[in-house]
Amino acid sequence: MSQMTMIQAINSALDAVMEKDPTVIILGEDVGYFGGVFRCTDGLQAKYGEHRVIDAPISEGGIIGSAIGIGVNGLRPVAEIQFADYIYPGLDQIVSELARLRYRSGGEFFSPVTIRTPCGGGIRGGQTHSQSPEALFTHISGINTVMPSNPYDAKGLLISAIESDDPVIFFEPKRIYNGPFDGDPDKPSQPWTTHPGGEVPDEYYEIPLGKAALVEEGNELSIITYGTMVHVAQAAVRKAGISADVIDLRTLVPLDIATLKQSVEKTGRCLIAHEASKFCGFGAELAATIQEECFFHLEAPIERVAGWETPYPHAFEWDYFPGQDRVVAGIRNVMESL
Amino acid sequence: MTPKSRLYIPQPSARPGEAPDFSYLSLSEAGAVARPDTDVPARDIENMAHELVRVLDDDGIAQGEWNPDLAPAVLLEALRLMLLTRQYDDRMRRMQRQGKISFYMESLGEEAVSIGQGMALETSDMLFPGYRNQGLFILRNTSLVDLMCQCLSNTRDMCKGRQMPIMYHNKKGNLFSISGNLATQYPQAVGWAMASAIKGEEHISASWVGDGSTAEADFHYALTFAAVYHAPVILNVVNNQWAISTFQGFAGGERRPFAARGLGLGIPGIRVDGNDLLAVYAVTRWAAQRARDGGGPTLIEHVTYRGGAHSTSDDPSRYRPKDEWEAFPLGDPVQRLKQHLITNGHWSDEQHAALNQELKETVLAAWKEAISFGTMTEGPKLDVREMFDDVYAEIPEHLKRQRQQLLAIKGISQ
Repeated sequence: MSQMTMIQAINSALDAVMEKDPTVIILGEDVGYFGGVFRCTDGLQAKYGEHRVIDAPISEGGIIGSAIGIGVNGLRPVAEIQFADYIYPGLDQIVSELARLRYRSGGEFFSPVTIRTPCGGGIRGGQTHSQSPEALFTHISGINTVMPSNPYDAKGLLISAIESDDPVIFFEPKRIYNGPFDGDPDKPSQPWTTHPGGEVPDEYYEIPLGKAALVEEGNELSIITYGTMVHVAQAAVRKAGISADVIDLRTLVPLDIATLKQSVEKTGRCLIAHEASKFCGFGAELAATIQEECFFHLEAPIERVAGWETPYPHAFEWDYFPGQDRVVAGIRNVMESL
Repeated sequence: MTPKSRLYIPQPSARPGEAPDFSYLSLSEAGAVARPDTDVPARDIENMAHELVRVLDDDGIAQGEWNPDLAPAVLLEALRLMLLTRQYDDRMRRMQRQGKISFYMESLGEEAVSIGQGMALETSDMLFPGYRNQGLFILRNTSLVDLMCQCLSNTRDMCKGRQMPIMYHNKKGNLFSISGNLATQYPQAVGWAMASAIKGEEHISASWVGDGSTAEADFHYALTFAAVYHAPVILNVVNNQWAISTFQGFAGGERRPFAARGLGLGIPGIRVDGNDLLAVYAVTRWAAQRARDGGGPTLIEHVTYRGGAHSTSDDPSRYRPKDEWEAFPLGDPVQRLKQHLITNGHWSDEQHAALNQELKETVLAAWKEAISFGTMTEGPKLDVREMFDDVYAEIPEHLKRQRQQLLAIKGISQ
């Protein structure tokens, strides 16, 4: 067991899986000699060689397209897209090719590509380095979508994603790469050593995809969230002084409906929080699912706290980010509704 | 001041009712282009992207250094495969017209590309076809019945009813699944070749796009990756002059040949007479040897002509002269190989007619067998449960639920 940041945990996951499986290769911009702009692949090229940790041209469509072919030829590629904001040139290869290859070929061809990509705001990234485009991918049949909220989960989930024969989009909330963030930008940064999720086994382990985590247990409200917002929601629960379940989805697809249902049936109230814009965000699917599954247990309308429906602005970062105050206001709303 | 800048709109050389005009095509004499060693530096053969490698001359005589000297039996097999492809296309086009299948695309006039190249490659080489490469499937022993059943979406469909007609694959035959999205297979083929090189294997890959699809970003991704990593891949542009209704000038083919697209990256480009099976075979062997020896990718432009409609949903008489193919200076690949074999004393018109009849009957027999597995309107039907298979490696809970919902609505016991 070691104390690790999320960056170190991701590096440790890649190391563990590459050690175990010689077919795993990494492909991406700056991932090789330099070790990645966020250092997630630091040291891996030196350890595994230039043929397994490959620096790629600045060509996201090319990275994903070639990764598909590499996967078809029996290797297990982990493609890094440097920022989720840059993934769009590769969208056709993801949506039309990667996600549907198994289906369209009657189950005969597949490509087990994992796409790792840092997402989310709170790092002064403006509108091109702050996006949370996860909902776009959850809409695509044939790929799984993962977003961890702490180093321990990041390592176990990433290993599962790479080992999976299904394609996975693995979002890494970059604001919490180096420490948990409760949504208060004026507070000094916290290191992962202050959080139980910073304790990470050095060895190989898997966390199955499709299993949510109950990170806080209560009985008045169910908060469903993922990524950075898990920490914001936990802080907001304390600030609001209520007793709530905080559910960290960890995997958006496949969605752990059973855990959501169990919680909402217990509390009767539900708040959904994510950093991405609200309209057609993943929260819309969550709200619809809760409504379908738990309507007669609900004592209040489902509340959503999310980013505004604007691009992510540079100067107004903390006005855009759905911080503690917005989550607390959402909690008050859902608790006061009759 | 009148602005000097004016938007240029490319115009084809002839429209319906006008006389076909191929004066824009730059041609070389058969045998005129020298055959360099396969390890030649790309910069030393840039001329090959502009000239036209041809072996068969207008009299059907093989000329020059590119003559692959294939045995008559091999050439007869090539002719048989081209004719079989044409007979298959003819049957399937007519079956679409009769409403038996929903859609079809024939490769009329372009058969030498698939057959010539397929014969020049090893069976262990992986092919990433475009949508007009049915010859590759026929060449690699995909049974006609299997191809037809795919088009019929019936109980023997390799795609389990999930793809439009002609989107075949053949895993055992190393033929990748055809996508309806254009040029996506290009970077995938490069990735496959990269993996082959990573593993230290000598297998290469090849892929095909049309002239129109060279405008897709995927084309340029593929060329860049292939050049950067010296991927052992053959990238082909089948320039059949027409992308549905837009002529090749709309993909930027007016001033520079498509074969020259890779020169800026240091990828050798070869422009070849795509209706000359011997030339197609020879340049493919050259590129394959170069790739296997570590020389990296080659971009081959096949100059040919789309003899038929783009698809059964298209009517080319609305945008190009009806007799344009007859005026095409590189002719018909089947006729040219036939002429070569007759000139050399290995074939006759009578034998040709007999073979054609035999293949026609083979195709008809295959069709009769194929429809016994069901058509869109009659016979056995696919099990609708299979609609939910293969989205993921295992069927997830939410799809099991949806499958149950559908079965309940249809009143099928689970």
